[in-house]
Amino acid sequence: MKESRLMKGNEALAEAVIRSGCDAYFGYPITPQSEILEYLSLEAHKRTGMVVLQAESEVASINMVYGAAGTGKRAMTSSSSPGISLMQEGISYIACAELPCLLVNVVRGGPGLGTIQPSQGDYFQAVKGGGHGDYRMIVLAPSNVQEMVDFVRLGFDLAFKWRNPVMILADGALGQMMEKVELFEQMQRKTNIEPWATVGKPKDRERNIITSLHIKPDKMEEINLHLQAKYKEIEKEETRFATIDCDDAEVILTAYGLVARICQKAAQLARAKGIKVGVFRPKTLFPFPYDAINKLAAKENIKGFLDVEMNAGQMVEDVRLAVNGQKKVEFHGRMGGIVPSPEEILAKIEEKFVGELV
Amino acid sequence: MNEKTMLEEDLREQEVDQAECIFCNENIVYEKPDTLLDTPMHYCPGCGHGVAHRLIAEVISELGIQENTIGVAPVGCAVFAYNYLNIDMQEAAHGRASAVATGIKRVMPEKYVFSYQGDGDLAAIGTAETIHTCNRGENILIVFINNAIYGMTGGQMAPTTLPGMKTTTSPFGRDVLTMGNPLKITEIVATLPGVYYCTRTAVNTPANVRRAKKAILKSFEYQKLNKGLCFVEIVSDCPSNWKMNPVQANKWLEENMLPYYPLGDLKVPNEKEN
Amino acid sequence: MAKVKGDILVDIEKCKGCELCRAACPQKSLELSRKINSKGYHYIVRIEDNCTGCTNCALVCPEGIIKVYRMTLNKKEPVATITNVTNDITVTVKS
Repeated sequence: MKESRLMKGNEALAEAVIRSGCDAYFGYPITPQSEILEYLSLEAHKRTGMVVLQAESEVASINMVYGAAGTGKRAMTSSSSPGISLMQEGISYIACAELPCLLVNVVRGGPGLGTIQPSQGDYFQAVKGGGHGDYRMIVLAPSNVQEMVDFVRLGFDLAFKWRNPVMILADGALGQMMEKVELFEQMQRKTNIEPWATVGKPKDRERNIITSLHIKPDKMEEINLHLQAKYKEIEKEETRFATIDCDDAEVILTAYGLVARICQKAAQLARAKGIKVGVFRPKTLFPFPYDAINKLAAKENIKGFLDVEMNAGQMVEDVRLAVNGQKKVEFHGRMGGIVPSPEEILAKIEEKFVGELV
Repeated sequence: MNEKTMLEEDLREQEVDQAECIFCNENIVYEKPDTLLDTPMHYCPGCGHGVAHRLIAEVISELGIQENTIGVAPVGCAVFAYNYLNIDMQEAAHGRASAVATGIKRVMPEKYVFSYQGDGDLAAIGTAETIHTCNRGENILIVFINNAIYGMTGGQMAPTTLPGMKTTTSPFGRDVLTMGNPLKITEIVATLPGVYYCTRTAVNTPANVRRAKKAILKSFEYQKLNKGLCFVEIVSDCPSNWKMNPVQANKWLEENMLPYYPLGDLKVPNEKEN
Repeated sequence: MAKVKGDILVDIEKCKGCELCRAACPQKSLELSRKINSKGYHYIVRIEDNCTGCTNCALVCPEGIIKVYRMTLNKKEPVATITNVTNDITVTVKS
């Protein structure tokens, strides 16, 4: 039976972590996500025996995740922007060594120490690589507290399906806001042993090595080609998005996460004024729904796109790539922890499109 | 070359009287352990890493814990340690081997876990991880190879480089006024309550090799008893980057390294508690 | 005391000629060969027939390629076996 509760985003996510049968969480406090570590410290061990360890830094956290994930267990960490920056080297190693794990970034405003308020300034970092070398994470963008819960389970599933790190890219507002959530039932801790995991070498198998080092260039290229082929498969199979009122729309708002919800409200306001606005929301930022946007852009009734983000314009680059010049793509962004209001988005729609709309 | 031809070659070479035939299995008093693979090592001639690897392999073989041991290799010359040890291993980011070992041990507390790290890895870039892993008393073994230099990158100054010692980045000798003093990290970790056993050994003489092996053996035994962190420093040589031949290097080690890094136990368990 | 005889087998293909075994040998019975192996290293050989099988060479060998053998020549049967010793005992041997 599903259980409903009123919960804060960070705590709901932590509850989902426990229920997903996670084996180990390693983390370091940083606003606005410290509730995850706090909630797990209080609840997790006594309920499932899962390991919860406050590390000495984000650098240590991500490398503890590497070690635990290398044994084939469900391992994860969470942090916020500056902490995630510190983890980039480790994430690159994890991606190359193909270790499944879950990473949560409750994004705050940057650059630098920035602000503790919500932001989407880490889109490039999460989606385009972030660390060194050619690698990708699967990036899930929750838009409400319910998805903060659901994407934990989905995240672990995808991580093990593809042997790849998965990141939940939330933001400070999603972490802090309270909403009603439906919680899935407690899942079992993992008991099966992954064939590639370093769990001690039995006599009858070759030793397992977890490494991202391949000194010989031909071997390293082989690894790279393998990873790229995997990412192509992920793009084929795992692209997820939502469309709201796009069928008859003349203007499409593209937005992810929290901003997508604000855009829904803006679309309602616009329709009340007779402007047909729809919302396109990618749920996976990698893989990005290029095809879906491209097909949308080809539709005659669509005049253009307005991409709205809490940054200086990051996802808009992918939207433009997807639209590929078929229609115009405008951008509206707020930075530094400011959340755009539905009214200002409506004003932007009117400014950019109303003259052209009949 | 297979064993037979090797044997024949040797017999010819060494003109052994075949009638006596000492070379039978019952007469073997020393051979490399099974856990050490036959892969030729990439280390320079005379490098102490080979001995340290072999000692770990000997202990794992003797304790019969190959199936239950997971090692963590560092970044540095020993980055390829997993090519030589026939056990499951992970290769960590530079300095993070003890954090990786923590991650493994926490989810598999019943396994034996050790990290193998050099001085740059453990005492420079990884100092925070080293101190905190020790301070938490993680139930693992940290093997610390101290050869006072960065070997893999070509002989730069390490945190443990001796005062006045010339390296490629201290070409006029380590000036302690501008470059700081060598970091005695083993002394530092010995002060932490989480560390159960802390010792400094070397691999420059047969006697020291025996002591180093004993320290590693004890550490794995303590790990079995969940006693806490064991820290074994092995003072080693780097003939290539010290720019000496291996025999000179071991002499230099004896005369210069050991006075600064004296051998012996820095922290021993209170045997009465055991 | 029975006389012991030792000997070693070296995997000369893997020898890097570092000579640490030569330095560690108390019998001074090891020396570098004039020949080289396929990697181009002069490899270690036993030149004196006085090896006692003390294992020092194998202990310091970084490559782990020395196998040590030891056998007792003119093995004598023990004249007595002492068991169940609970206190210190002193044995004086007349020379």
